[in-house]
Amino acid sequence: MYVIVAGGGKVGYYLTKALRAAGQEVTLIEKVRKRYDLLAETFGDSAILGDACEVSTLDLAGAARADLVAAVTGDDEDNLVICQMAKRKFKVKRVIARINDPKNELTFTRLGIDETVSSTKLIYSLIEQEVEVADVIPITALRRGHLELVEVALTAESPAANRHVRDLTLPPNCMLAILVRGETAEVVNGETVLLPGDLIVAITPASCVQALSEALLSGGVPAR
Amino acid sequence: MHVVILGCGRVGATLATALVADGHTVAVIDRDGEAFRRLGHGFSGKTILGIGIDEDVLRKAGIERAGGFVAATNGDNTNIMSAQMVKVMFRVPRVIARIYDPLRAEAYKELGIDTMSTTVIGAGICRDFILGMPFHSVEEYQEGIPHTPSAAPPRHPTGAVPQRSR
Repeated sequence: MYVIVAGGGKVGYYLTKALRAAGQEVTLIEKVRKRYDLLAETFGDSAILGDACEVSTLDLAGAARADLVAAVTGDDEDNLVICQMAKRKFKVKRVIARINDPKNELTFTRLGIDETVSSTKLIYSLIEQEVEVADVIPITALRRGHLELVEVALTAESPAANRHVRDLTLPPNCMLAILVRGETAEVVNGETVLLPGDLIVAITPASCVQALSEALLSGGVPAR
Repeated sequence: MHVVILGCGRVGATLATALVADGHTVAVIDRDGEAFRRLGHGFSGKTILGIGIDEDVLRKAGIERAGGFVAATNGDNTNIMSAQMVKVMFRVPRVIARIYDPLRAEAYKELGIDTMSTTVIGAGICRDFILGMPFHSVEEYQEGIPHTPSAAPPRHPTGAVPQRSR
């Protein structure tokens, strides 16, 4: 896979390093000469000096044959322009934008850039997990938030405790995926018997989180 | 008409005072409060301190009732992003972004964002003046000035002072 990383700050640097370690072909674009010199020491010809917002720089980086462009500069507006240029001018199949202001996630979607990553939001959601009172803890959102990966800790009072998974009535499209018991993890199947203290990783439509919580924890949906 | 101007630099401030003088209502946004000094003392429009790519700031400037929006900060990408937001999310009828980089201006024009590349226009006007040629229209400058054979003497055939074409 050929990846272009725009912006050689800390995010761009470590991203490039990780991608190269994974055997991917990467070009890193940095516009500040001083920073570029440092990057060229590490990445050699894979680092290029230029403004990734400019058509000519993207062209030089080989955007036309890139499978993915990741815009990870510190400025949201620059990341937007880089992604739009890559997508519309060079027909790059997949573009990912780093955003700082979580509000821009929606703005970017409206302007045609669907994949965004916000460290502000990620850290916020981690803090939110800490303060969550319910025992269904969101781990991450999948499919742009339509699905959620959640963690559920069973207690002795849980209606699902001491039962076979096949006997539980779960909300539609909810799937109990992995069971963590003590230090071991196993894939959940119908024969699995859930015990108090078990940690279950489940995938659920975002709209069914509450129903799943009731089914496993509060007995809102009876486990026969 | 209510007009929102992003960027209180020389262009933004000059435009703001001109529009107010013409009887329009104007709100100017800039992230540097000092910039509003360019508007002079008697400026009757609104000034908003804030970032132009923030929806809330745009709302505060009355973007929802605006008939026009001009993005004239010194950052091309800020202008591009705010112009798109205003056009797509607030459906302001007349939106223009000032862009220095001619290639970027062209690319966004293709994407349906009205752009004004003052770089190209300025260079075109200077060239016509130096060569003693009649001035072209803004559209002509933006689309690229027709090539002039270098063999031609650098003087207007009539020897007249260059005139505006319109």
